[in-house]
Amino acid sequence: MSASQILTQTPLGLYCPAGDVYIDPMRPVPRALVTHGHSDHARAGHGAVMATAETLDIMALRYGEDFTVTRQIAALGVWTTVGDVRVRFHPAGHVLGSAQIEIEQGGFHLVVSGDYKRAADPTCLPFTPVRCHAFITEATFGLPVFRHPDASDEIAKLLASRALFPERTHILGAYALGKAQRLMSLLRRAGYDRPIYIHGALEKLTAYYGRQGIALGDTPKVVAAERPKLGGEIVICPPGAIKDLWARKFPDPVTAAASGWMRVRARARQKGVELPLIVSDHADWEALCTTVVETGCEELWVTHGEAEALVHWAGTQGIAAKPLHLIGYGEEAEDELLDAA
Amino acid sequence: MKDFAALLDRLAFEPGRNGKIRLMAAYLAATPDPERGFALAALTDSLSFADAKPAMIHALAAERTDPVLFQMSYHYVGDLSETVALMWPARAGERAPPLLSDVIRTLSTTGKATLPGIIAGWLDGLDEIGRWALLKLITGSLRIGVSARLAKTAVAALGPHAPDDIEEVWHGLTPPYAELFAYAAGHGPKPDTVDPTPFRTPMLAHAVDEAKDFAALDAAQFSAEWKWDGIRVQAITGFERDGRPAQRLYSRSGDDISSSFPDLMDSLANGRWGTAALDGELLVVIDGRVQPFSSLQQRLNRKTVSAKTIAQYPIHCRVYDLLVADGEDLRALPFADRRRRLEAFVAAIDDPRVDLSPVVPFADWDALAGIRSDPAAHGAGDDADAIEGLMLKRRDSPYVPGRPKGLWYKWKRQPFNVDAVMMYAQRGHGKRASFYSDYTFGVWKDGPEGEVLVPVGKAYSGFTDQELVKLDRFVRNNTVKRFGPVREVVHTREEGLVLEILFEGLNRSTRHKSGVAMRFPRVARIRWDKPTAEADRFDVLEKMLAAEA
Repeated sequence: MSASQILTQTPLGLYCPAGDVYIDPMRPVPRALVTHGHSDHARAGHGAVMATAETLDIMALRYGEDFTVTRQIAALGVWTTVGDVRVRFHPAGHVLGSAQIEIEQGGFHLVVSGDYKRAADPTCLPFTPVRCHAFITEATFGLPVFRHPDASDEIAKLLASRALFPERTHILGAYALGKAQRLMSLLRRAGYDRPIYIHGALEKLTAYYGRQGIALGDTPKVVAAERPKLGGEIVICPPGAIKDLWARKFPDPVTAAASGWMRVRARARQKGVELPLIVSDHADWEALCTTVVETGCEELWVTHGEAEALVHWAGTQGIAAKPLHLIGYGEEAEDELLDAA
Repeated sequence: MKDFAALLDRLAFEPGRNGKIRLMAAYLAATPDPERGFALAALTDSLSFADAKPAMIHALAAERTDPVLFQMSYHYVGDLSETVALMWPARAGERAPPLLSDVIRTLSTTGKATLPGIIAGWLDGLDEIGRWALLKLITGSLRIGVSARLAKTAVAALGPHAPDDIEEVWHGLTPPYAELFAYAAGHGPKPDTVDPTPFRTPMLAHAVDEAKDFAALDAAQFSAEWKWDGIRVQAITGFERDGRPAQRLYSRSGDDISSSFPDLMDSLANGRWGTAALDGELLVVIDGRVQPFSSLQQRLNRKTVSAKTIAQYPIHCRVYDLLVADGEDLRALPFADRRRRLEAFVAAIDDPRVDLSPVVPFADWDALAGIRSDPAAHGAGDDADAIEGLMLKRRDSPYVPGRPKGLWYKWKRQPFNVDAVMMYAQRGHGKRASFYSDYTFGVWKDGPEGEVLVPVGKAYSGFTDQELVKLDRFVRNNTVKRFGPVREVVHTREEGLVLEILFEGLNRSTRHKSGVAMRFPRVARIRWDKPTAEADRFDVLEKMLAAEA
């Protein structure tokens, strides 16, 4: 058996004919398995969605309770029969509720990773490698130049900058789901106990993390009129807002952004970032390679990102690999997040 | 090395001058000798060692990495040093990171053959940012937007002294500058250095306010000169303690630019200068005629310069002030006295590369206005194109560092202007990063399908903060396409925005699609009222080119 007998590539995304179900489809479908709540993977309008309880909650928060006709909670590590296949969800370590999806048919195991990381994250369960015959991986940071440093060192950079410029506001751009809350949690672990101010686009999801028992401390929403008084504070907002009109009213802001892309200087400069923090919720090159080896897979498909380099590397390891170049996955759409503000 | 690397990293992203000073001062205050001294040497470009060539770095990377992955990575990152820094495979049982002082000492004493192995060892001991900083340092291209003067200002910020105090003692000192830091912090004596060729902070002029100044100023008290479109420099000569002659050429900001101009340095060393300091303008002059600024640009910012370039763009220094002669500081003397001494000095050194900027005689302000509008007819002749306007200096003015009030004025030529249509907009930098503040503008030109707009320049100044807010709003509301950071703004015959653009000159250019390059274009007025169809045509620029030639 091979991966292509279980999964096929369609314009809507990966499709499993034996289960008659799509994984992270781009457009509404009758039945979908969803790996995590980021808007490029979790879309509204499906007939039925199976995902972890947290992912279903997040979809409901973002799209409203009617985001799907029926929903089914996937408990981690528990097999469920879907058509002629069995599926099982495993933690992916990407954001709260993120999961890998394992599909089994006739003793052949295939794992779709979704987005994942291997670095520690206090706001979600850690990634668990799953042995499989075929591994379908992301490769957002699939080049050897991407080696994410320890996130706590990056937080130390932010705090050092705040100490050096105590009268300036540090505005930190971070995705609303996952990255923002991870940064809050890391700041708290580093002993930062001032309020962490947030952009309106972050409010719902940050409150949800809190309700899930993830302690983030005091995270007040920025009141527009108060902006000139927030010198010395740390403000977290969506990446698109750091250079927006909204950010102008803070006192002499230091523009920071937390992303794996910050590793490449030209990228950071293009975004007008003055304090790049390399904090990523994706696997870096080492983690991608390590994970491929740990799954013991014989076949590797690379869904999106810098696929060619990982495919080349897999070839040198004797693993049959191919790039899928799925369109539509990547970082979350910035404009969409801003609309929520 | 780690802290120094972190500093360079942060400086490279910090757009503000004050931010840069604070970052450097914080580093210098927290770092012990001699490390901070070598860091200061690196920041002020005071180090000399044989640079490692990119080829060497490439070869090092090739030994340690998969060539396919390297090519993919290089293609993605776009910078060799950065690619190597990021993908360098750190070895197990890592080495300790090197000290910056060790790196610099080793580089100054090690031959080419053993260098690659040593560099590889250093790279093994560093993280990504450390490796990036090391590779930038050894390839001699820091490019972090810090001038020597800015670094010295950061040293001054460590204690009670002014940047000029640091400047004054600077040149006699060598890395790691322990006595300088003690002095700067206020607990060491002033270093006993005798710099034979110190930089002096130049005296600057205020722009003339035509509406007010001429009514208040007495023409008889002023002397006028042409304002040359070159690079302001200080040419300094003196003697080392052992009696050897020393020469140096400084830019206006105090950067030592001697090595870019070996031809002029030969003139400074002709043996007739003694101990002197001259203020003047660097120009390219061929057959007695000053060449356009674009020729001078071929000679700027080069660490080494080929014989061919020297022959093609012969450099010249047109002097207009004498600060020191025969070891005597003349700066307290009135300008008229310094001028007489300058004339005698230039005659005495008798060097074809150095001449006097002539005094422009005038009867009264009205007469001077006439001269300003037509320099060619008032003695400038063929060099009129290289004249930006006039300098007015009070005859009794001493040479005061900085920009003192009421002594020197610059009165620029009436600039050219053209009504153009905004075509594209891009976000600015620093404080303006959230505004669309850089505008590409075009004028109408005949095309195969009727008149089209051709871009002829880019302007990012000339408007007030309030106007910028309006321009920014216009761009956001009238975007028709986006290309990364650039927005295409509506520009049809019916819709769009006309900008009145001022510029200082026009040259033919093969690098620009339109075939012309404007000097210092900026927005004079925003013509909210003017229909785009009434903006100027390309013929207007063609005529200006013809008139300039």
